Amino acid sequence: MNILRIIEQLSEVDADVLGRFDSRRAVFKSLGNTAKMGALAAAPVFVSSLFSKAYGQTTTPSVVEVLNYALTLELLEEDFYKKMTAAGRVPAGAAAGAIATILKHETAHVKLLSDTIRALNGTPVTNVKFKTSAFPADYPTQLVVAQALEDTGVRAYKGQAGNLLGKMAGTTSLLQVALQIHSVEARHAAHIRGMRMQPAWIPASDSNLPAPLGPVYTGAIREDNVIQSNVNITSQLGTPYSANDAAASFDEILTMAEVLDASRAGGLVQG
Amino acid sequence: MSNIKQNASEEAEFAKPLYTPIKRRSFFMYAGATAGATALLLSGCDDDDNEIVTPNGTVNLGSGDVGVLNYAYALEQLEAAFYAQVKATPAADFSTLEKDYFSQVAAHEAIHRDFFKAAINRDAPGQIIPGLTPIFTSIDFTKRASVLATAKTFEDLGVAAYNGAGKYLKTPAYLVIAGQIVSVEARHAAYVRDLISPGSFADDSIIDANGLDKAMEPVDVVTAAQSFIKEKLDASRVGK
Repeated sequence: MNILRIIEQLSEVDADVLGRFDSRRAVFKSLGNTAKMGALAAAPVFVSSLFSKAYGQTTTPSVVEVLNYALTLELLEEDFYKKMTAAGRVPAGAAAGAIATILKHETAHVKLLSDTIRALNGTPVTNVKFKTSAFPADYPTQLVVAQALEDTGVRAYKGQAGNLLGKMAGTTSLLQVALQIHSVEARHAAHIRGMRMQPAWIPASDSNLPAPLGPVYTGAIREDNVIQSNVNITSQLGTPYSANDAAASFDEILTMAEVLDASRAGGLVQG
Repeated sequence: MSNIKQNASEEAEFAKPLYTPIKRRSFFMYAGATAGATALLLSGCDDDDNEIVTPNGTVNLGSGDVGVLNYAYALEQLEAAFYAQVKATPAADFSTLEKDYFSQVAAHEAIHRDFFKAAINRDAPGQIIPGLTPIFTSIDFTKRASVLATAKTFEDLGVAAYNGAGKYLKTPAYLVIAGQIVSVEARHAAYVRDLISPGSFADDSIIDANGLDKAMEPVDVVTAAQSFIKEKLDASRVGK
């Protein structure tokens, strides 16, 4: 996990990033030497709690912070698909066409989010790259990572919807724009899943997959969750439904801290 | 409520929503502190509503958050009825895998419908719209192409409807639920589109130059869906 890189990038757009952590001194102390940095990077639980304290439910992130978080994920996706295209393993025809379509959308999202952040007098995050050492050489594994990125994106946008409620840029509802990106990510995820002979939606069993996909479908609320708004979908709707249908009929959120964790997108950012 | 002085029992009755429904309280757990307070607004926002079904048979979806929930419930009723028919009388030219997948889609939509029914009855008693009567005479359920074309219309419309309605919700917990559902609708839309034309999951007919999916206003969505529903729907006050 490139926790230092992430903190560094956040500090470019959020001068107070370290101030958000419990104690500035304590953080610097734990980042005191390279060996300790390595140890920290290997401790996702600590990192996760660090971020949930800094950006978690106790403090509401600003609109620009939310948009920069979204932009970070879009930049990561954009760079991944550029690398995938450049690697030359995508079969010509339908597969190459689909990857080109998805890349086009990610590039458009990067531009739209960057422009919006600037319009709000913020500074868009830049230079987020997909970690070279994590880029798979073979096409099937590239698709696995693409699925991980897209389904992470769906969960990540969903997790920020509440933070954009009522937020505007001029006369534009930022929540609506985020939702309009969110459903595009879901369409991408569905297609990539289809390229892998998977159902377009997320079956309950995906929450038990090994890494790198498993962590994408777990977290505080797993994708195999069958309880929505305190209603058990399998048993409390009059008609019984299977656990798989109950899980697949609702996608779930990931928090910012969960997405930035080393086991998920946070571990795919180039340091 | 003009009578300022209340006796103890009246007071207890008035305070009831604050603490009785523990279920409702935990419902708002995800959304943070402000959501619980917003829930109270919900029970109060029917004051200026008209009847749900007017004398001429128009179904009024209502206003505020309940209006948005009823709007979603109406669309999910339509989708659920459609896929129930697809599942019951599958087109002969569907593959085995397609039949299996459409059975799953039918379950997702039935769950969405039943979930909204339960949530509205729990959170806004007496304000739910009735069951609607679908009109599917334009659909040939024996033909895969006819079923897929209708499915594409419904799924793309559903995505645009949720995308456009999110901003009208005041309760964060409902917004999260809507977000949890819309991405599943978008998955359905992509699947159906790819069945009709491989690679059309997010083509330029539905995604604009900014990389954005469609978002439609409730009145426009209802206009588009009205030919499939017998009862006339009034969405003019949804979210207002």
